[in-house]
Amino acid sequence: MRARTRTARRAVVLAAVASLGAGLLAGCADDGGDDKASDGSSSGGGKGKTTITLGLFGTFGFKEAGLYAEYEKLHPDIKIAENVTERNENYYPALVNHLTTNSGLQDIQAVEVGNIAEVVATQASKLEDLSKTAGVKKDDWLDWKWAQGTTKDNQTIALGTDVGPMAICYRKDLFQQAGLPTDRAAVAKLWTGDWNKFVSVGEQYKKKAPKGTTFMDSPGGLINAILSSEKEKFYDASGEVIYKKNPAVKAAFDLTAKAATEGLVGAQTQFQPAWDTTIANTKFAAMACPPWMLGYIKGKSKPDAAGKWDVAVAPKSGNWGGSFLSVPKSGKHVKEAAALAAWLTAPAQQAKLFSVQGSFPSAPGTYTEAAVTSAKNEMTGDAPIGTIFAEAAKSSPVQVIGPKDQIIQQGLTDNGVILVTKGKSAAEAWTTATKTIDNNLDK
Amino acid sequence: MATRHTTAAPPVKEGGAAPGRPPAAPTEAEQRRRNRLSRRWQRDMRWSPYAFVSPFFLLFLAFGLFPLIYTGWASLHQVEMTAPTDMTWVGMRNYTRIFDDDFFWNAARNTLTIGIISTVPQLLMAMGLAHILNYKLRASTFYRVAMLAPYATSIAAASLVFVLLFGRDYGMINWALHFVGIDAVDWQNDKWPSQIAVSSIVIWRWTGYNALIYLAAMQAIPQDLYESAALDGASRWRQFLHVTLPSLRPTILFTVVVSTIGASQVFGEPLLFDANKGASGGAEHQFQTLGLYLYEQGWVNQHLGRASAIAWTMFLILIVVGIVNYVISRRLRASS
Repeated sequence: MRARTRTARRAVVLAAVASLGAGLLAGCADDGGDDKASDGSSSGGGKGKTTITLGLFGTFGFKEAGLYAEYEKLHPDIKIAENVTERNENYYPALVNHLTTNSGLQDIQAVEVGNIAEVVATQASKLEDLSKTAGVKKDDWLDWKWAQGTTKDNQTIALGTDVGPMAICYRKDLFQQAGLPTDRAAVAKLWTGDWNKFVSVGEQYKKKAPKGTTFMDSPGGLINAILSSEKEKFYDASGEVIYKKNPAVKAAFDLTAKAATEGLVGAQTQFQPAWDTTIANTKFAAMACPPWMLGYIKGKSKPDAAGKWDVAVAPKSGNWGGSFLSVPKSGKHVKEAAALAAWLTAPAQQAKLFSVQGSFPSAPGTYTEAAVTSAKNEMTGDAPIGTIFAEAAKSSPVQVIGPKDQIIQQGLTDNGVILVTKGKSAAEAWTTATKTIDNNLDK
Repeated sequence: MATRHTTAAPPVKEGGAAPGRPPAAPTEAEQRRRNRLSRRWQRDMRWSPYAFVSPFFLLFLAFGLFPLIYTGWASLHQVEMTAPTDMTWVGMRNYTRIFDDDFFWNAARNTLTIGIISTVPQLLMAMGLAHILNYKLRASTFYRVAMLAPYATSIAAASLVFVLLFGRDYGMINWALHFVGIDAVDWQNDKWPSQIAVSSIVIWRWTGYNALIYLAAMQAIPQDLYESAALDGASRWRQFLHVTLPSLRPTILFTVVVSTIGASQVFGEPLLFDANKGASGGAEHQFQTLGLYLYEQGWVNQHLGRASAIAWTMFLILIVVGIVNYVISRRLRASS
């Protein structure tokens, strides 16, 4: 008995030592992999290759669209590896932390539009000016997209990838059952130019709504859509926080609260498992949707949903989402990384990314290209998504974005309008939201 | 019998009566060498132990003391994570504002209530389980290992499962409640249900751990105490009350102290329980604990100065709790 326990103990110790050793070895391999691909098994030996790493969040689709493979073919000495964090809320604090300590950075780091103002204002000294990289032309980008990644002293530290021109995706079958038109031009006409009209359509929908469904998916989705189409939302052009006194924000909040009180929106928070379930089970009829959302819908839907969605022009054009690529100065392969970032964001690649992944180009030159104009999506059938979204992209306001946009927006949604669906009054929700936001903004 | 030192012969001085070593005077070089060796030996004797214990202190300096002091320093400044070296002196402002920071006190209250509704049932259940396991059982090792399994599970994995169980619309607990005629409870958004849900994760994780500690202590209680109690006609329950519990008193105190410290630092469970995956502890901060609030200020809002002040305030609160614990335990010991 004793002998057995002793062997058992020894086995445990051995296992522990072995796993520690393996961890150490793995760590070494990671570090060593920077200059020389450590796995000799990969085809071509990989000797002498430079590995460029990308730090991304969510789904960028570079890999899925085959862009890495294409670039590696064009540049046989380059190897590309990506390191993806699922949610930007987790990715961004880590990025800031890494930038301020100049450690743990990837060669290329993505930045979300909600954070770009803060990065440009506070981290520019740590990032490479990409405007001078070969192949980068300012005119390729939408003016406002280029401006968002550029500092006051004219350093472009981040190149735009996609933008999120917003439209409304709706279920044709549910609209029909509720007695609403289903043709996308007729649908768009119901609410042209005014979000109030959009909510009134919701009221109409509710009268004959198919059982168990709401008009829209979530209060967060609605307030976000309304705010995205405003020129000024949380900051004014001089950089002052104005969200509380901006009538547009209060109006958006109240309209969303009204829709929530009347039960026109579901009680979910976007991008949560319960919300995903409402997509799969068709629990709502319409949602604000930028092109990348089509991919999301496809991912969460049951197979029989294909072709049942359609896309109509939103009441007012706006932009929701979109990202940038930046190159930290402290990287080991700054030059190669800059070249890769420039290539990945060049119009040709953006167009390809749209046709494969649905990320809409921030390069307006592509909007007339066949890859964009003829794009179709499985979920929306024959809807000409390319032209609808291109129109929205061109008519979107040049929005003033501020460093803490994300925190303010999150407060209005997660600590604000969502409360109305839990039975709080709009006024109570506004108080909780503003109190939370003010506390979070207070340095 | 020892000689009294006053009557004993005094020790001989060098070069005294006893024939010492031949006085062959060392050469100067030899003498220097000897001195050097001797000095080196002395230095070795004096300093080597310090060198041997130094790794701990160096690590403590780097990862314990320095962060502590740096946090204290940062708490007197306005400093943002986007530029940690860019500090503006604000004196005690970060501390004074805590007094009228509703969110801080809300978090403090939540920490207290979550601490109570997780620690008290947890320790009671642990005691009961330990008592049962202390009987002769078949496959007792299996039960002991099984009890420790939750403790070995990662908080993240456990919390994600609990989130699914406590889901409002599709959760298993509401589904089960529905069968006994109870309406769906909104475990996420109502204050007490959400706190109970968070506590249940804590309870699930730590009960087995505490039970094993109790079990170890129970097995150290001499068997003859039970035998004599049985001879005196004490029932099982009386034996538990009058033999087991008094003998476990130091162990109970230990688990109470450890659980209190653990409860004041609850962080992972409420963070992962939040459907928004934010750090605000629910839409109305209904289950935001101090640890979570600290994290929200420092890492989400990037206010390092404020976060540092919260950290230090928590530290001071813990010291107070520790002192209270100490006083109570001394009282109890004195009374026994």
